[in-house]
Amino acid sequence: MDAMPAPVRHADPMVPRPFRITRVIREIDGVFTWRLAAVDGAPFDFRPGQFNMVTQFGVGEIPVSISGDCRRPETLVHTIRAVGPVTEAMQGLRAGAIVGIRGPFGRPWPIDAAIGSDVIFVTSTIGLAPLRPLILEVLHRRQDFGKVVICYGTRGIHDIMFEEDLHAWRARFDTNVHLTVHSAPSGYRGRVGGVAAAIHAARIDGPATVAFVCRSEALTRQAVNTLGERGVTPDRVWVTLERNMKCGIGLCGHCQFGPSFMCKDGPVYRFDEIEALYSVREF
Amino acid sequence: MVNIVGLEDTLAAHPFAADMDPDVLRTIAGCCSNAIYHPGDYLFREGEPADAFFLIRHGQVALEIHVPQGAPIVVETLEDGEIFGWSWMLAPYTWSNDARANDQVRVLKLDATCLRRKMEADRALGYELYRRFLPVMAQRLASSRMRIVELATEPRPIRARPKG
Amino acid sequence: MQHVGAEPPDPPALRHTADRSRRIALDQCAAAPNADASRMPPAPALLTRDGLDALLAALHADGFRVLGPTVQDGAIIYDDVVRVADLPVGWTDRQDGGSYRLERRDDTAVFGHTVGPYAWKRFLHPPLLRLWRAEPGADGVEIATDAHAAQPMAFLGVRACELQAIAIQDKVFLHGPFVDPHYKARRQGLFIVAVNCGQAGGTCFCASMQAGPKAEAGFDLALTELADGFLVEAGTARGAVLLDRLPHRPASEEEQQQAAAIVAATAAQMGRHIPDAAALPALLLGNLDHPRWDAVAQRCLSCGNCTQVCPTCFCTNVTDTTDLTGATDRTRRWDSCFAVDFSYIHGGAVRPAPRSRYRQWMTHKLASWVAQFGTSGCTGCGRCVTWCPVGIDITEEVAAIRAAPAPAAAAPAAPQSPP
Repeated sequence: MDAMPAPVRHADPMVPRPFRITRVIREIDGVFTWRLAAVDGAPFDFRPGQFNMVTQFGVGEIPVSISGDCRRPETLVHTIRAVGPVTEAMQGLRAGAIVGIRGPFGRPWPIDAAIGSDVIFVTSTIGLAPLRPLILEVLHRRQDFGKVVICYGTRGIHDIMFEEDLHAWRARFDTNVHLTVHSAPSGYRGRVGGVAAAIHAARIDGPATVAFVCRSEALTRQAVNTLGERGVTPDRVWVTLERNMKCGIGLCGHCQFGPSFMCKDGPVYRFDEIEALYSVREF
Repeated sequence: MVNIVGLEDTLAAHPFAADMDPDVLRTIAGCCSNAIYHPGDYLFREGEPADAFFLIRHGQVALEIHVPQGAPIVVETLEDGEIFGWSWMLAPYTWSNDARANDQVRVLKLDATCLRRKMEADRALGYELYRRFLPVMAQRLASSRMRIVELATEPRPIRARPKG
Repeated sequence: MQHVGAEPPDPPALRHTADRSRRIALDQCAAAPNADASRMPPAPALLTRDGLDALLAALHADGFRVLGPTVQDGAIIYDDVVRVADLPVGWTDRQDGGSYRLERRDDTAVFGHTVGPYAWKRFLHPPLLRLWRAEPGADGVEIATDAHAAQPMAFLGVRACELQAIAIQDKVFLHGPFVDPHYKARRQGLFIVAVNCGQAGGTCFCASMQAGPKAEAGFDLALTELADGFLVEAGTARGAVLLDRLPHRPASEEEQQQAAAIVAATAAQMGRHIPDAAALPALLLGNLDHPRWDAVAQRCLSCGNCTQVCPTCFCTNVTDTTDLTGATDRTRRWDSCFAVDFSYIHGGAVRPAPRSRYRQWMTHKLASWVAQFGTSGCTGCGRCVTWCPVGIDITEEVAAIRAAPAPAAAAPAAPQSPP
């Protein structure tokens, strides 16, 4: 199997497109952001919430949500946490390196579902990455929405990602940022506690609010419950779930979740659609 | 001189006292006083007698745990409308952590000795106060557990290896 | 009598590669099954046994790689066939939970067996496939794919349950938002000669799944083996064209009745049953915490045999391998939801317990498949029953849950279709 087959240019969804890393940004310990440009120069169109399958040649392929601005398709942005062998190898790549991209895949955040409503974003640590394109787009179209609140939690004050964005968003008069950390050194003036407390503090009109939640699955239920206490019912809560997507196109079976394949029918779901199966253990 | 009637109104406006029976309110108000703390002030410190509990009217209070070999760690902050301090209810009535004002903090401070005496004498009053404290304690406990889950399940990032 | 136990034999090396490069006319590639159904059906014909050899020869002459049942390693194995003598003439099989035996027949029937451990999916959806190769190049990296085999395939001896399996995999690989180009290339131009089963195996239940035993659609030609020849029906125009080139005569009324009686007898002979299969999605998804899942997990070895022999299971994984030149090959291979790693995400597997993995497989096959693809994922072929080393029987598991379902109130609502 080692002879070089004939080069073919085609729209085979299993073949990656070469992209060049143009810049590497260290976010926090073990988390880095890549800015990428297609080697063929073509723009990369996507919608907030979609993900790519990212290949480091010779190492492997992983799903990574897109964290850039969908209005700037000339630059693809991925934020990656080194937690396994592939992501650890990726952490060693420098600007100029070539990686493979397949995508965009998956169901995007339904931004139109929030038009005319208050919007609350609930997330923590690297969960801000998949929400960032949506937040940017909501702020682009700020007049379409009511209040905009961002609840973002991290482990400590050195684990805050996208700090520049958070500062910029916080500086806007039309956006509320509730940043919370689990612990901080004495004298820290910010909020310390769980994301749930930030949701409780958010100034939103619950029954007229749409929530976009990106937390680990262990915490998604808590976020939905806390939003429920604020009057945001599950039919207005959009969450992302996580399975081990391998093909990204619904053909390999790995990310099956009941009647859906997360890679094409998700990873964004309205919580009431999945509530029953979500509570079945090991499903 | 503290104006008791004014305090009763202030107390009634706090979420802790929402829908409270006027008689109970009046009794509690008798143990109540206003207090103001400046940024950095301690409201109480670990090991001191727990002789009060606090209803925050304005401001942010940091609950800190003293770490013998380093700076104290803030583990939770509380804000307008919240209550804190339950060591006053449980023997030996000593604070188990520090509480410090993050900014200018206005609180209603309830005298614990006064309240404990009234609660012993009036079990219905005691029940009413426990009924209002327990849900707050339970919610804080549940939220602390979820915070443990969050910290325990967050993947441990692999640090970049230094080059060379 | 041969005994192969309950382990599927190793796949033989696929013998035909680049040496056969004859092309066939484009119209044969483009023909879709049943595209000409309105012009059908022409009157059934009778083909002699010599006529079957002529059919094989005609398919070869038209450039097809002809695949059909053979006897290898003590089992019916689909492989390249040239003449009738390559087929399992005079062989039959006896199947039950966890057991498969080939036996001699007392006649020389060509298709007197049922399905073996192989399904046709291995030719349309190969167990091992290179997806691409990347080499260092001028632009950093050059990525190339293998050319699809130019030679179209002809399947001989496809049973009704297998036609249904191919139709199901068509939905998975061709009719979703993304098309598998590899499946598509193999599927295009495929010529299918179906066979109506003359007997049912001990683990067969296609009748329950409305998938057989009569081939109803999706074939070019369909045969029913009679005492002295084959009744042939054409399902497509190109099937009819091919039939015209073979020595045949119109089938008599009596022969047609004989063929119908054979299929009816087979339908009455099914070794297994799942009554009211249409009710399975609600039943199984309403019983996700049924104690039976614990019971079956006590027996299940998580070996994945059922997924490998299943004609509709399609899960795959990919592996990247490198060589010293810096090139990378990405290879796709069949995977199984019974593997712990199948559901692994950082932190652990979503389905660590065998209980949840068996439940995943069975509820997907019989329940969530319906929401995903508008059809059950089961064709009643019985392979998973036969080839399970411990004889776990999907029909028995359904019956056990059905016998003691969870109270309706306790069951979670059946999920909706994907949005």
